[in-house]
Amino acid sequence: MEFEAVDEGKIAKILVAEGTDGVKVGQPIALLAADGEQVSDGGATASAEASPQAEEPTPTPSDQKTELTAIETADAQREPETGTAQLAGAATQASDPDVPEGTALISTTVREALRDAMAEEMRRDERVFVIGEEVAEYQGAYKVTQGLLDAFGPARVVDTPITEYGFAGLGTGAAMGGLRPIVEFMTFNFAMQAIDHIINSAAKTNYMSGGQMRCPIVFRGPNGAASRVGAQHSQNYAPWYASVPGLVVIAPYSAADAKGLLKAAIRSEDPVVFLENELLYGQSFEVPQIDDYLLPIGKARVVWPGRDVTLVSYSIGVGVALEAAQQLAGEGIEAEVIDLRTLRPLDTATVLESLKRTNRMVVVEEGWPTCSISSEIIAVAMTEGFDDLDAPVLRVTDADVPLPYAANLEKLALIKAGDVVSAARAVCYR
Amino acid sequence: MARTAKQAPASSEPPIPNRERPPEPKRYEPSRDELLRFYREMLLIRRFEERAGQLYGLGLIGGFCHLYIGQEAVAVGLQSAMTVAKDSVITGYRDHGHMLAYGIDPKVIMAELTGRAAGISKGKGGSMHMFSVEHGFYGGHGIVGAQVPLGTGLAFKHKYSGDGGVCLSYFGDGAANQGQVYEAFNMARLWNLPVIYAIENNKYAMGTSVERSHSEPLLYRRGESFRIPGIQVDGMDVLAVRGAAEVALDWTRSGKGPIIIEFLTYRYRGHSMSDPARYRSREEVQGYREGRDPIEHAARDLEALGVGADELKAIDKEIKDIVVQAAKFAEDAPEPPSPSSAPTCWSGATDGDRIEDAGAVADHGGRHAGQVAGQGRRRGEVGRRARRDRDRQGDDGVRGGRRGQDRQDPGRGRH
Repeated sequence: MEFEAVDEGKIAKILVAEGTDGVKVGQPIALLAADGEQVSDGGATASAEASPQAEEPTPTPSDQKTELTAIETADAQREPETGTAQLAGAATQASDPDVPEGTALISTTVREALRDAMAEEMRRDERVFVIGEEVAEYQGAYKVTQGLLDAFGPARVVDTPITEYGFAGLGTGAAMGGLRPIVEFMTFNFAMQAIDHIINSAAKTNYMSGGQMRCPIVFRGPNGAASRVGAQHSQNYAPWYASVPGLVVIAPYSAADAKGLLKAAIRSEDPVVFLENELLYGQSFEVPQIDDYLLPIGKARVVWPGRDVTLVSYSIGVGVALEAAQQLAGEGIEAEVIDLRTLRPLDTATVLESLKRTNRMVVVEEGWPTCSISSEIIAVAMTEGFDDLDAPVLRVTDADVPLPYAANLEKLALIKAGDVVSAARAVCYR
Repeated sequence: MARTAKQAPASSEPPIPNRERPPEPKRYEPSRDELLRFYREMLLIRRFEERAGQLYGLGLIGGFCHLYIGQEAVAVGLQSAMTVAKDSVITGYRDHGHMLAYGIDPKVIMAELTGRAAGISKGKGGSMHMFSVEHGFYGGHGIVGAQVPLGTGLAFKHKYSGDGGVCLSYFGDGAANQGQVYEAFNMARLWNLPVIYAIENNKYAMGTSVERSHSEPLLYRRGESFRIPGIQVDGMDVLAVRGAAEVALDWTRSGKGPIIIEFLTYRYRGHSMSDPARYRSREEVQGYREGRDPIEHAARDLEALGVGADELKAIDKEIKDIVVQAAKFAEDAPEPPSPSSAPTCWSGATDGDRIEDAGAVADHGGRHAGQVAGQGRRRGEVGRRARRDRDRQGDDGVRGGRRGQDRQDPGRGRH
């Protein structure tokens, strides 16, 4: 068993037996008692559930791993709080048209799927390399690049200093020179320091060189709200990047999509902003066991069919929409859930086709409302689907505030299935 | 033993003596033919830029146009030592000279300046955004300092692929204050990337002198904290530049990592076509033009090698003809077709929608015609309207400072 941090104290009760496999990060394994503290058998279990932080390993300030520990532990706490994560693992998915009947499905976390995609592409193409902070020896700040250093060596899995503007520019230059960099941002919040290279250097090159110079690069990393990390670490940049001609923007929800689309992104001749979500990293989904599982960029997917109202979302919002769809089903409203998957180019055809059948739409977005992906979807629905609308399109988004830290306020600021249910009822006039 | 005040400081003076330093560069000793080539190339840049200035005045070139007049020795001295296509070159917005020095056809450069389909970027890039991957010329970048990490990335590629190439990344004294430059320095030295950082110190970052903006005005020392050695060289002497290029290439090719060369140079014209250059005295400009001109300098060296006035005159005539032809080509070539027809290729992964002639690789096929054509039209309209407004109002000071002053452009604001 591996400890990421060590706390002082006396073991009062062991919660997970020695030798147990597959213990989730953040799961309490034992209770520590302070001097003079008594831990009763019954009380221990109860308190473990009520306050998980009691057993949480205390971060050691000098240890860089603490951030991961803290965040991943928080990840586990988040579930009952917002509900965003609850449905993810259990969601029943409509069969993906890209997978042949009878294909074996392997339960895979989003984290593993992303890693597998990179490893497969690195094996396939020597020009592909990974660069970013803590991607190599540390195995990834969120362990997405785990094992890549061992498999491919330090020339292809490159740890950088903390220098986002610099390494985003360096990666972009390497891509202009013909390599295929995967630039990992520890989070997309930090990519703000590098956004000049993403937009001015990478996105515009193909067009402004008259198609002469390409820039095949992937900028990837977690995006959107994590758990209790406060305003500066919790923002969804999807609308920012999706507004830029010359960029491809992908924001998958499931592990299968993460894998198939990241592989496609790495093969793309154009710069791709690949927006992951930290809260989804640990969630498991069925991934088709197919050699070279490659998905088309620019195609949305109907993940839950229905005929009464269309719920359009992407990334973690899809989980919320699915949860809402289940609740709505209990009320006799059959919601259809569309996962956009790619935000630029936007698959408006799938959205409009669904609207044609349901005539009602709600957009669900874990992000701010103003100038958002939902704004864009609503504009598309109005300009191209106006005659199909039986009600105004509504949207459910995060509150228009920097994300607060306090648990109760954070919960209020983020999207919830209940709000989606209400919006769906409203557009159905129920 | 202390240095005496009289002793000129060595340009690669080691502040920390226990590190390996590059040797003091020597003035290059060219053959007659080599020097004639340098002369021709410098003269081509000079005449090309003069003509570009004229076309700008006539309204045939729009937007921003930064001329290289006065700095010719830097591009020619450096790039004559490099191997086209094997070694990469990347620069900022003052890029015409660097392209010509790498043997790129003056016609397609001039046609890009006039915004024609025959331009090197098919009229979509303009003065600051020109590229020739074929030559190993990677732009042409309009954001001050961006080319430094980008060039470091090209050097990363040279090392990664083991192709033996070196990247030459140019930037100016102004860019030397950008943070990203130092982020790049750090990685370049950390990984010993084969990159030559050529600082063209022409004394003014737009209108702000080095003295007014640099806490350490000796720019060749800017790499010391990163253990990148620096050399300061006379950028008005093509043979001094070439001598420094030899040292820098030896250093980088032998795997010792990056090196900085600061070239003391001077631009005769304003920062851009709109800059009346009131921040410096007429005497200062005249002093460089009359006493330090790199082309005159080379002509004197040629004379010493026995090249007669007739031979130089013949070269002048030949260069003039090349430039006249380039200008004629750039004026006669048609503008790019407007993207009114549906694009033939929309790569789902590319946004190649607007690049109907880009030959975009369709990894993920599909069509998206309607939306695309519409967007193309909208963009055009906005552009025209913006231009009209500018013409009416003159100075609309986009961001003050650098850009604000660019707006005082006789060719654009008409005032």
